[in-house]
Amino acid sequence: MQRLRVRYAKRGRLRFTSHRDISRAVERAVRRAGIPVAYSAGFSPHPKISYAGAAPTGVASEAEYLELGVTTPCDPERVRADLDGSLPPGLDVLDVVEAGPGGLADRLEASEWEVRLPGADPGLAGAAVEKFLAAGAVEVERLTKKGPRRFDAREAVLRLAVAGTPPEGTDRTAAQVPGRSCVILRMVVRHMTPAVRPDDVLTGLRLVADFAPPVPPEVTRLAQGPLDASTGALADPFGLDRETTRGGDPGQASEQVAG
Amino acid sequence: MPVESIFHRLEALLPKVQKPIQYVGGELNSTVKDWDAADVRWALMYPDAYEVGLPNQGVAILYEILNELPATLAERTYAVWPDLEALMRAEGVPQFTVDAHRPVRAFDVLGLSFSTELGYTNMLTALDLAGIPMLAVDRGDDDPIVLAGGHAAFNPEPIADFLDAAVLGDGEQIAIAITEVVREWKAEGRPGGRDELLMRLAESGGVYVPKFYDVDYHPDGRIKRVAPNRPGVPWRVHKHTVMDLDEWPYPKKPLVPLAETVHERFSVEIFRGCTRGCRFCQAGMITRPVRERSITTIGAMVENGIKESGFTEVGLLSLSSADHSEIADVAKGLADRYEGTNTSLSLPSTRVDAFNIDLANEFSRNGRRSGLTFAPEGGSERMRKVINKMVTEEDLIRTVTTAYSQGWRQVKLYFMCGLPTETDEDVLGIADLAKKVIKAGREATGSRDIRCTVSIGGFVPKPHTPFQWAGQADHETVDRRLKALRDSLRGDREYGRAIGYRYHDGKPSIVEGLLSRGDRRVGAVIRAVWEDGGRFDGWSEHFSYERWMSAAEKAGVDVDWYTVRERAENEVLPWDHLDAGLDREWLWQDWQDAVSGAEVEDCRWTPCYDCGVCPTMGTEIQIGPTGRKLLPLTVV
Repeated sequence: MQRLRVRYAKRGRLRFTSHRDISRAVERAVRRAGIPVAYSAGFSPHPKISYAGAAPTGVASEAEYLELGVTTPCDPERVRADLDGSLPPGLDVLDVVEAGPGGLADRLEASEWEVRLPGADPGLAGAAVEKFLAAGAVEVERLTKKGPRRFDAREAVLRLAVAGTPPEGTDRTAAQVPGRSCVILRMVVRHMTPAVRPDDVLTGLRLVADFAPPVPPEVTRLAQGPLDASTGALADPFGLDRETTRGGDPGQASEQVAG
Repeated sequence: MPVESIFHRLEALLPKVQKPIQYVGGELNSTVKDWDAADVRWALMYPDAYEVGLPNQGVAILYEILNELPATLAERTYAVWPDLEALMRAEGVPQFTVDAHRPVRAFDVLGLSFSTELGYTNMLTALDLAGIPMLAVDRGDDDPIVLAGGHAAFNPEPIADFLDAAVLGDGEQIAIAITEVVREWKAEGRPGGRDELLMRLAESGGVYVPKFYDVDYHPDGRIKRVAPNRPGVPWRVHKHTVMDLDEWPYPKKPLVPLAETVHERFSVEIFRGCTRGCRFCQAGMITRPVRERSITTIGAMVENGIKESGFTEVGLLSLSSADHSEIADVAKGLADRYEGTNTSLSLPSTRVDAFNIDLANEFSRNGRRSGLTFAPEGGSERMRKVINKMVTEEDLIRTVTTAYSQGWRQVKLYFMCGLPTETDEDVLGIADLAKKVIKAGREATGSRDIRCTVSIGGFVPKPHTPFQWAGQADHETVDRRLKALRDSLRGDREYGRAIGYRYHDGKPSIVEGLLSRGDRRVGAVIRAVWEDGGRFDGWSEHFSYERWMSAAEKAGVDVDWYTVRERAENEVLPWDHLDAGLDREWLWQDWQDAVSGAEVEDCRWTPCYDCGVCPTMGTEIQIGPTGRKLLPLTVV
């Protein structure tokens, strides 16, 4: 059985899909595309598709990953095109490689996030970020399925900065009103247990500096991958696969990772 | 006039609501057309939550047919949950379509499909959020024509004040005809305004416009007369019947949602109509005659539907699917085609007497042998004669014995409680039947690992059926019988633990009864319930019996008079001017036959018994066999 690793994006209005929505959509798209997906044995066969760390409902992403088992060897680029053509616009397949050695999930050590805060004050945001980074630990509370849970949101944050305001005419979403400011935060957050999510960092900013954006934030995951401990940058998680298999070009997708 | 998407305003609200994906559209095979290139625009609403409305076949078919027409566009809208409704009110966001997020008020026609009366309050929410005046008489030329269809539209009187128009029967052809009337009227520069458009629709005899009819009442409250109030309006409005289903092979491009919905499958209607003659069944009465889709069209639709959707389950729908004249060849042909592809087939409605084990084996060949469901409906032989559900105890025991011995472990049985002439003994008969089923199953398999689940629904008398004159059982009686049945099942040491029991209390059936057989005076109750916060009445967590009763009291409506009261033969019923083709005298005779336990055979296999539909409607039974078979699919 050949294993293929897929990087896909959830964009625009499809950021409101949940993980379960995506897994149903992918299963159907695989069938429509005629990809020879392998099925588990047994009474109730399931397609062999596994997902690594899905972004939460409402969060967009340029770097989601899944792994797919196929019964006959497939050309990764062909699978990329066919699967992309069968998924609704907004669930876009960016890159497919044949799996090399080792697990994919282990390589996803950290995520880079972009958080857009329409209507927020850039000066206050900058001050809050400074205070947050200066703190040794920032205890936040989040409501989980098991009830409220307290944990440190500071340690996982490797980088955090105000990226500036977007140039005119590049507004991606709606909540923005022309003429009003929009703060963009960029952060690199290590994957830990419990997971620290961008909204936990925002909670932290509120706690340390009383910084509260006026409308819900628009969050996008820009990249996931192995962490370069010295620079705090993320590498392409498919790098090892590309070296060891005939898996294709890095393509446009991994350029975004590097950027 | 440019019409803008409201999505940017909605988007800001979505992070705050449950399951936001249901509001964003973008389903596979959904259609967004250029607004300005269309001159007739439909908003189609299924007035329930997206998860229930999206799989609805009626809306899906009309959506496709209308969008195939040139210069016509159709978009879909669903009931929003109360969490989003509150935010939309706070932010002034109007009711929107999910396709292009256009405001519903901007469309020419708002078509609502009512499978059940319990969606009425959701219609009022949608009208109010859309900014469309709730009462038809308050609407102006800029408001859409609010048009109802679906089975509940066979008695639209309780919502007559809120509707501009209603259509009875199959929607395919009449939706196109209405589109052309609207197109012509708009092209002429909207002469005579809204009234003339409605008049043009009414004159055809195929569209019911409630405000062109006056209802007079006797002093005792009964209806004296329903009559047109202007010349040119016909006395009766007739239902529509599509006569060749092979010419209408929809859905061709099935909508595939991102959100989870109640039916995750590709559905093909294998025939329309049913002449089994079950007296409680409104669907069977109003959809006559039987019109089969041919085996070859079914095969082509399934092949296309799976390819277009990627669904792993195919449902073969109808009112009694095993009755298709070539069901065995359909089942075998499809099971052969999809062997080894992890595609499962399902046959949702199967009669005990039409069931055979070969069929069941074909349907479970590519999937799971999970459970079989049958609906004897009545617990005693006498009761089943009254309702004309001619299933004998021997049939049932023989069928379940075969099923258990072939490897099925679970059988579900559906019954009704509150049927006309029903006694406590009839309902307790359900327990005896269930015990016999388990006993037979244990003997056949030598195993105690078999189960039977008994599900009970409350009977509601429906318009255009022989029981339209019947007094509905009050909820106290229904609840008492359901409790006695539960005690009888639970108390049985030998079989009790092998029998599951599912039921609802009798109160919701009373509200459904009020809305089913109500007249125009019931509209005030619906509105009062809505004003009091009533929403999603089909959902037990939202439904409030007390809210309905107090609204009825405030509106001066006597619920018992509409529900538990038996009607006399000569009483004018609120829907008598709406023609489903059924001969009123035949219906009355069938009601009398019911009381005396006389049965009626199916006219597909025995001579016509003059229900009246075919001669009135100019239709005839269309069934096979065609003798054709499904060929293996050629591998691409």
